Amino acid sequence: MTTTTETATITGKRARFGAIPDRYKAFIQQGMVVLVLIMLVVFFSVMNSNFANWGNISSLLLASVVTGIQALGLSFVIATGGIDLTPGFGMAATSVFAALLIAQTGGLGLPIWIGILGALFAGALLGAINGFLVSYVRMQPMIATLAMMMVAWGTALVLADGKTISLRSVEGYDQIAIGQLIPGVPNAVLILIALAIVAGVLMNKTAVGRYSLAIGSNEEATRISGVNTRRWKMLAYVIGGTFTGISGILMSSRLSAAQPTLGQGYEMYAIAAAVIGGTSLRGGRASIFGAVIGAVTIQTIFNGLTVMGVQDQWQKVVLGAVVLLAVFVDIVRRGGKEE
Amino acid sequence: MTQPGATAGTVAGVGEVLLEGRGISKFFPGVRALHNVDFTLRAGEVHALVGENGAGKSTLMKILSGIYQPDEGELLLRGEKLVLPTPLSAHHAGISVIHQEFFLMNHLTVAQNIFIGREPKRFGGLINDDAALNRKAAELLDRLGVKIDPKVRVAQLTVAAQQLLEIAKALSFNSSILVMDEPTAALTDSEVDTLFRIVDDFVTPQTAVVYISHRMEEIRRLATQVTVLRDGELVATRPGDEVTIPEIIHMMVGRDIVSNVRPEPRAETEPILEVKNLSTPSLLTNVNFTLEKGEILGFAGLMGAGRTETARALIGADPRSSGVIRYKGAEVHINHPKDAVQLGIGYLSEDRKKYGLILGQDVTANTVLASIGSYTKLGILQDKAMREAAGKWARALSTKTPSVRQKIRNLSGGNQQKVVLAKWLERDCDILIFDEPTRGIDVGAKQEIYDLLDELTDQGKSIIMISSEMEEILRMSDRIAVMCNGQITGFLSNAEATQEKIMELATQFHETENTSEADNDDDH
Repeated sequence: MTTTTETATITGKRARFGAIPDRYKAFIQQGMVVLVLIMLVVFFSVMNSNFANWGNISSLLLASVVTGIQALGLSFVIATGGIDLTPGFGMAATSVFAALLIAQTGGLGLPIWIGILGALFAGALLGAINGFLVSYVRMQPMIATLAMMMVAWGTALVLADGKTISLRSVEGYDQIAIGQLIPGVPNAVLILIALAIVAGVLMNKTAVGRYSLAIGSNEEATRISGVNTRRWKMLAYVIGGTFTGISGILMSSRLSAAQPTLGQGYEMYAIAAAVIGGTSLRGGRASIFGAVIGAVTIQTIFNGLTVMGVQDQWQKVVLGAVVLLAVFVDIVRRGGKEE
Repeated sequence: MTQPGATAGTVAGVGEVLLEGRGISKFFPGVRALHNVDFTLRAGEVHALVGENGAGKSTLMKILSGIYQPDEGELLLRGEKLVLPTPLSAHHAGISVIHQEFFLMNHLTVAQNIFIGREPKRFGGLINDDAALNRKAAELLDRLGVKIDPKVRVAQLTVAAQQLLEIAKALSFNSSILVMDEPTAALTDSEVDTLFRIVDDFVTPQTAVVYISHRMEEIRRLATQVTVLRDGELVATRPGDEVTIPEIIHMMVGRDIVSNVRPEPRAETEPILEVKNLSTPSLLTNVNFTLEKGEILGFAGLMGAGRTETARALIGADPRSSGVIRYKGAEVHINHPKDAVQLGIGYLSEDRKKYGLILGQDVTANTVLASIGSYTKLGILQDKAMREAAGKWARALSTKTPSVRQKIRNLSGGNQQKVVLAKWLERDCDILIFDEPTRGIDVGAKQEIYDLLDELTDQGKSIIMISSEMEEILRMSDRIAVMCNGQITGFLSNAEATQEKIMELATQFHETENTSEADNDDDH
């Protein structure tokens, strides 16, 4: 029976060094993402002493909020194996919609909470249309949301008549984003943290998250299991749209204005944030925590390079390289295996 | 433990040694896949490689085909050391491998697939010569006796035809060693005959075949040598005409498998499911059958007869053009798999990985996938309760998994099948539709699945079992429905059924039965 003991020893040894249980792998991956962010912060702090003061960090975090919130919503869509290109101009359209409801001049002058609800509703509607096209009409997510991105863009321009709508006269609106319930921390940052918790619960602790991931991994198996995959997939897009609506509120609050042209490229930042954070564009895997860290990482790169005096154009090149690196890391991590 | 003395070397070889593996070992994290395995392939042999899942057959095959490199030991080709760093190098060494999975390009034609990368050219190699390509492909397919049109796109072929195409492609390289991994898994009996003839024709005094299979009849029929692996170790190599099937099975599992036969005909019980005039736009025509409570209704037939289509149309996975379904006495409308699941009808697909499981998720998530609703409190999933449920079923079905948090991808086929079953039992389904329940599952685990089926019917569950394995159909079914060309051509009771009777029904075109429609005219 010596062979049996041998087997045990060998497998035991191998197990200790080689096999990391799946659930720890996720923690390690998240740790890596945080580590990269810390390294960036240290790097920029060393390169320029202006980087690491609280005023700069605070504005960096404030700038991360919009991308962070959009990345949170996008995580649900990407989890299903889809993509959503509407966060950028969806943000423009929802902020214009909210502004029309609440602005004193050029708007209806309604209470702020109606504006907030209006933006949420507009965002959810945008998401519902996206979801309907993808899920029920079976359009390719890339094409359907690309078209809807144009629709959102045009709608924003039409609604605002091509002009910026000022919200300076709406008392207290700017406080949503830049007020400080906790001294030194903009409210928007608190909202991002709160929404991250909400999104985390939705993704990990409720049926919509579970089904989104299941659909992204194997839609047909999920359908055969008796799950109404179309409805749940549509819901993922509705969540994405709703988060876009929230980003519209925070953006217009921060600027005290709704700009129908502001939003171009934001969908790319949101996708980049999700990817940097470890969400797989192939679907079936999403990280809420990673999406937030990803958004902060992007702003850290922009902010740090600005502080160092690197031109705006070059910052975009650097960000593109970082996204490529993140995708590459994803491929290496999977070892080329299909999900 | 089997004595090492009983292993290789006692056999008089038929020809020169073509390929030899000496002391091959292969380790993976946590697993010793192969340990000190000797393997000798002589010219003129059909060398069967058998063993339970996880015995190391696939690993050995992958070493022979250059996908894996051995951690210890060496390969020798005609006495010279052979290193196979890539699958291409195995190709150059004259080793062709037919994998269980297909590597075909669906949108290209049969001929284009066979000669991909070596297309005949014209005009100095600039232009593909399609005429020559199709002619060469037709010649090859004719020579092999495979009736496939070389100009047809692969996507239009049946799974069985694709399997034969893979074989044809491998043979087009004129290799001297052919390695086949479960080549008959997707084939029906008539196509299996074609395959056997291809193998027979291939083997000459200069060539040899390594044949991996779970099916004992095939090994009986083809193998001149049988090598049995168990837990990564060589158990024995024996001549095919000396070793008996019970001996092989005994060596594989290390224990005797008591084959069970269905008990005497059950007393008639009430029907739980009645299907009338089920038709689909593409294939099925007026399929009628009744499933009784506590019975196993076997569905036999050749590939493409419409058995899987019947199941999928029944559960609402595919559209129907007609059909009335009565469940527990009342007519029901099933338009989506969710309707079937709500009624308590669960479908276990022949393709577990594609239709049954979320490979990247763990045992728990897969077990509760169909019943998440009952594990939510105020919209929040109850992780602990879900894990407990998964654990309960893992114990009840003796699923071998280190923990309920193990990803499904890392389980063996038999254990994956148990998780799919757990999913439906957790949903408390009364009717279970098993489509090829033991495909790709080794002999030992097969018996476990059979025992489970028996237990389920004892508990009053009703089972529809689609199977291409004659032995399985005969052994497990209380009644057998035989299908051909989208119709049911006959029912056989367990007592009267024989392999011959089933084959007769499975091969005859059933076209004179349209009169039965007259009975149902008053329904409209």
